[in-house]
Amino acid sequence: MAKRIEVKDLDIYYDKFLAVQGVSMTIQPRSVTALIGPSGCGKSTFLRTLNRMHELVPNARVEGSVVMDDDDLYGANVDPVNVRRQIGMVFQRANPFPTMSIYDNVAAGLKLNNKRLKKSDMDDLVERSLKSANLWEEVKDRLHKPGSGLSGGQQQRLCIARAIAVQPEVLLMDEPCSALDPISTQAIEDLMLELKENYTIVIVTHNMQQAARVSDTTGFFNLQGVGKPGELVEIDETTRIFSTPSQKATEDYISGRFG
Amino acid sequence: MSTSLTTPQQDPDLNTPLGGVSLTAGQLPRGAAPTTLVAAGLAGLLLWFLADWDIVPCALLAAAAYVVIIYTWSRAVEGPRKATDRFVTAAVSGAFLLALLPLVSVIFTVVSRGVVRFDSEFFTYSMVGVTSEGGGIYHAMMGTLIITGLATLISVPIGMLTAIYLVEYGRGKLAKAITFFVDVMTGIPSIVAGLFAYALFVMMFGPGVRMGMAGAVALSVLMIPTVVRSTEEMLKLVPNELREASYALAVPKWRTILKVVLPTALAGIATGVTLAIARVIGETAPLLVTAGLTDGDNFDPFDGRMTTLSVFSYYEYQSPGLFAEASFDRAWGAALVLIIIVMVLNLVARAISKLFAPKTR
Repeated sequence: MAKRIEVKDLDIYYDKFLAVQGVSMTIQPRSVTALIGPSGCGKSTFLRTLNRMHELVPNARVEGSVVMDDDDLYGANVDPVNVRRQIGMVFQRANPFPTMSIYDNVAAGLKLNNKRLKKSDMDDLVERSLKSANLWEEVKDRLHKPGSGLSGGQQQRLCIARAIAVQPEVLLMDEPCSALDPISTQAIEDLMLELKENYTIVIVTHNMQQAARVSDTTGFFNLQGVGKPGELVEIDETTRIFSTPSQKATEDYISGRFG
Repeated sequence: MSTSLTTPQQDPDLNTPLGGVSLTAGQLPRGAAPTTLVAAGLAGLLLWFLADWDIVPCALLAAAAYVVIIYTWSRAVEGPRKATDRFVTAAVSGAFLLALLPLVSVIFTVVSRGVVRFDSEFFTYSMVGVTSEGGGIYHAMMGTLIITGLATLISVPIGMLTAIYLVEYGRGKLAKAITFFVDVMTGIPSIVAGLFAYALFVMMFGPGVRMGMAGAVALSVLMIPTVVRSTEEMLKLVPNELREASYALAVPKWRTILKVVLPTALAGIATGVTLAIARVIGETAPLLVTAGLTDGDNFDPFDGRMTTLSVFSYYEYQSPGLFAEASFDRAWGAALVLIIIVMVLNLVARAISKLFAPKTR
């Protein structure tokens, strides 16, 4: 489990519009990589290219390479479904399936793909995933109630449990705490620190304290101006980025002197 | 200088809040509106009884009197905003009553004339050998259920798959063309659908062909656009986030549609389908030319004429024969049964959407 991702000269397009330009970075296994930067600079777009969710937008495409374990994710005979099997994703807004119970939501990755497990194995998997997501204690007595009856923070942890139930190598998180209160945020940050023992985690966040708290490596995205493509300004160890960044733009951004 | 220190300038707003507008305003006494309404109504009744006017001008006059009185009274006491409010309230309620009037009248007529024949013979016998009183609509009820059921079996798969294509896959010219033709089909007169089905079956079985299946095909021509439209709207309501959540779990697109999108939209789709059935179950013209009429039981949609409730009702009224009163009673009875079937379908639709709706508790 947990794999290294090498991104090289990645250009990301929406139809003819170049949204993100020339990104090269290495995402280390068993670590948390945080991506920060102003709104609209392409952090989320970049994140979605890592598991080929970007191309779900009509006419969206990329150039360059994203290599995981010697395989280019954008190679000619790569099935995006298989890519997503190894690289899971948690979204900004919690999106549990409204027709399913809490149990079924966690088991969704298997059930929707018609993977049959023995009932006891499935029970184990659901319990383990919910425990990893720090949600087990809160929902163990109502597993067969609908997932949409949970609070916002619980729903987001349910989505994390659902993502890790399929045991991916890499977990992408797109501003997972932006709609949550500090207590739920704390719970999810603790969770990330536990999960990085086994997974590669990439998180997009607007909260710089959060990046500083949870990540090992931080990448700063920026864009030169309106209508220009976003780009990766620098990426380094989190402690370096937040103390002695090499670029002035990074320093301005993290110290709040931006714009 | 000293004066301004001892008597500080007062803020004018403190004494006259909201820049001169008082917070309180005049109000009509409680029950002013109902009292006026009753008074106007009584005046109308008086005109009806004493002056011996027609009831329609009396009712219109009473309504107009109420509107004028309540508006001028309210404007004098409460001001123009409240007066407009009361005027619009009266106008909206009036329009509602006007819309309700024909509906209530239809239901009253059909029920009062239809229940005459609600006996066991009516529901268990056909019209074989019936020349005077008696006889039943068993054959027509079964015919309606069989033909409408077949039409549903044809339309629902085609309609739903079209909608899925339009929402989930369709891009570019083909999708636009399909949407356009579905819109056009929605407006096809039902007799045209009937003639189309008749012509189609004449090509296959020769001239003069009459069979239940042809009726079902005619009805599905009318039903498909309705099913496509309602399913399309329901699928569009499914949040894109759910599709993305499913893709991110490495679920292929077709499974995402089958297991996430459709179940989420199922309540709405079921309601739409039921309403589409209710829309075609009362069709007469297309069934007249395709399925025809017979007196006896025929439950084989591929063999010969098949009676439906609406066609039966039409013929009983159009050619009553010697015992006209009995014929008319049968026609009204059949119409009432049809209305009851449609009402039951609507109730079923509600129950289904309650049953399938995503729950939060």
